[in-house]
Amino acid sequence: MSTLRALARAQAVAAGRAQPVATVRHLHLSDRPLVLVPLALAGEANAPLAALVGTAPDEARLLLVPQPRNRDQRFAFAAELAGVLLPYLDSFRGGTEAVAVDRGRDVRHRYVDAPQLLVPNPAGITFLRLFGRSTRFRRPDGDHPVHPSVPVLGRWLTFFAERAEQPGSAALVALTDALTLHWATGQSAVEDLHLPAVLGWLDPPPGSTGAEAAARAEDPAVCPPAGPATDPDFDNHRLAPAIEAYAAAEDDPVARAAAYDVLAGLLRDQLAPTWELMWRGVGLLRAVPPGARVAGRWAGDRDAFTAHAEHVDAGGGPQPRRDGAVAAALRLQRLERALTGWAVQRAYDDPLVMAEHRLAGEAFVGEVTLADPKRVDDSGRRPVLRPRIQVVTTEPVPMPVGATLFSPARPGQKATVVFVTPGADGKTDVVLELSGGMGRGLTAPAGSVPEVGERICLTSLSDGFLPGGAFPAPEETPWTHGGPPEQHAE
Amino acid sequence: MEDRLGEIRGGGPPKRHNARTVAALTGNPGCTRRAVLDSAGADKPALAERLGFPARFGQSRFAITRGNAFEAQLKADGGVELLRLVAERLGVPVPAGATWTDLGGDDDRPERSRAALTAGGVGPALFDHPLLGLDVAGRRVHLEPDLVAARLAGRFHVVEIKSFPVIDGQADPAKVAAAAIQSAVYVLALRELLAAEGHDPELVSHEVVLICPRDFGNRPVASLLDVRKQLLVLRRQLARMARVDDLLATVPAGFTADPAADPAALAAGLRQVPARYAPDCLAVCELAQFCRHEARGHTGALGRPVREALGGVVEVADVLALAEGGRAPEPEQAEAAALLRAAARLRADALTGNPA
Ligand code: SF4
Repeated sequence: MSTLRALARAQAVAAGRAQPVATVRHLHLSDRPLVLVPLALAGEANAPLAALVGTAPDEARLLLVPQPRNRDQRFAFAAELAGVLLPYLDSFRGGTEAVAVDRGRDVRHRYVDAPQLLVPNPAGITFLRLFGRSTRFRRPDGDHPVHPSVPVLGRWLTFFAERAEQPGSAALVALTDALTLHWATGQSAVEDLHLPAVLGWLDPPPGSTGAEAAARAEDPAVCPPAGPATDPDFDNHRLAPAIEAYAAAEDDPVARAAAYDVLAGLLRDQLAPTWELMWRGVGLLRAVPPGARVAGRWAGDRDAFTAHAEHVDAGGGPQPRRDGAVAAALRLQRLERALTGWAVQRAYDDPLVMAEHRLAGEAFVGEVTLADPKRVDDSGRRPVLRPRIQVVTTEPVPMPVGATLFSPARPGQKATVVFVTPGADGKTDVVLELSGGMGRGLTAPAGSVPEVGERICLTSLSDGFLPGGAFPAPEETPWTHGGPPEQHAE
Repeated sequence: MEDRLGEIRGGGPPKRHNARTVAALTGNPGCTRRAVLDSAGADKPALAERLGFPARFGQSRFAITRGNAFEAQLKADGGVELLRLVAERLGVPVPAGATWTDLGGDDDRPERSRAALTAGGVGPALFDHPLLGLDVAGRRVHLEPDLVAARLAGRFHVVEIKSFPVIDGQADPAKVAAAAIQSAVYVLALRELLAAEGHDPELVSHEVVLICPRDFGNRPVASLLDVRKQLLVLRRQLARMARVDDLLATVPAGFTADPAADPAALAAGLRQVPARYAPDCLAVCELAQFCRHEARGHTGALGRPVREALGGVVEVADVLALAEGGRAPEPEQAEAAALLRAAARLRADALTGNPA
């Protein structure tokens, strides 16, 4: 927790309402996201009970499992969900665009848009991940055949769950995470897992404070939980009798239909408030303009969607239960890099996020007081353009001489620290030598060198490419790491 | 002293503990309020209700049914499957058989359990639902582990049966943590029982065998939990509660937590007993809603990371006053104040659209 974000929480407490911690939106938001609110049966291993799903506020579709312990009904639910999800995914497989690869020597194609799944909270992501795990290995033939769409659903849910682990991905998003990335509530991180409470802080009803709205949102009698876990009182006093009534009406089609309607009504009532909140939250996020690097990250999601669609088309098998040692190490490294990269990108896109890094001594803002844009360094074999600027700042400058800094306004340019001179007035003079981002000639194009009077931010955070580590091929996994993974079968 | 505890509790008998409630004692060991109430055996759920802050620790029928069904299924065959699971997990050859002793029932269970567990013998033995005891704040608490395995891999092992799934070798970490501390309560009780009979308490392994359903079905899978850390925490908290006198010294005379008392008086009384609210309380203590309400305006209510990031300043109002420079910091707050002022300035700067 950065002090800046912590301060925003304190301000939220005092103001009685959430406070912004971002000035731009750091996540792509689809025009047509698939909102999914799942409920699971208590005590079971991720047994679906019901879900509301749809791509528009007035298009909620209720799926339910009248006897959640019944395995056939569970897979019937999976087939029904596949009936919603798979056509939704296909609807993004229209237009493609060409992307240059291999330094322009080749092109590949990716879809111009991609699906986006929104669930209320991180537990919703876990639910989908496990539901993907429980369906992707099923088969349409053999002992317990399922509908052919079920294993396909499982592979896609697994794909989304894996994307959700990738920092900065917007393929599958927990709304609580998305909201608290942009606003600080006046409550703790555990309480922020409760979507109704978060929205209570963000958008309290007229006449009440965020704290009051959040407290009300915690009373399951007033506001049902946002799932997947249900309220035990609801389970004991309403759901259990309704499920029993359904089971008891086995031989009587009329009674059974009536019991089904009762059950559907109960579950819809539990889900509908969360459904409303989902779209309210989406609306709040949509009102924030996207950051400059959001589209680039979404392109990464589109790439991943394209690749997985091709994999599924080619009859590709289900993802393995567990990664082998090499795959796991690669994945961990990929995630770590993505995490660092995402943090840097947000800082570059958003002065309020950069402020957190300024406070941490990783960036400072100052005014350009001297600029020599024509300076040429001719000490080497060829003369090169190396303008110098002097920046005066009131902020601490812990960076040593020789450090390479960057400015979000000119991300392609490097600024090397030449002198750091603390002044008597608490200010610091920093002289920097610039390279890159100024064309190839010995004259800098207009605007490529900061001018006197400009306020600029300089940071040690680099948005550049971080080289990956070298790992052996999976078939060369050393025995210390379990040896080569077995070829995956069922 | 027992009288004083009785007064605190009110008219009723002390609330009965079980392994879950004893485990919960370690939830917020720094909290005096909780230690006092738990030592007195106060009825915290009723108290919370009376205060207008009812606890929400309901359990779903579905979960209870599933838990019972899984345990019954495992024990249906006289322990054959359990024996195999435990032996394999402990890495010893599966014995041809083991004695199965059902220590459930009504009569004289502590005595029968004590005799059975300390009788000695040769072959492996499984004890179903033995009744153990532990002293909690000077009172005997009865505890009932699901199963104790004796003389497998040369030691006693507590076996805990839980109905949450282990999927691809992984389980919900919060549930595993709860199972570990609960099992530690049994390990401690079993060690005390052996020690009281002159046996080496270390005969009870600090490794507990946890049995859960595997993946999405009903087939069981066994895992080992090392509960040494939990044992330490538990011992420390029990020792603290055993020094009830020290605890009571912090409690004003006349303090009561009797759920029948007037709510306003109850609330006023409770406020006299120091608490240490943290968001974690919400998951472990019935009084959490009350204490959270009381802690409003404190940085600690926002979670420890927030409080630390704010330089440890206790009150939100102070944080803001220091950040705005509206108040001179106490000497020990100087560093925090400088940080907060810088943070406030940077935040304001960025929010008013100054270029960065
Ligand atoms: S909820 Fe209150 S009484 Fe319970 S542990 Fe937390 S601070 Fe102590």
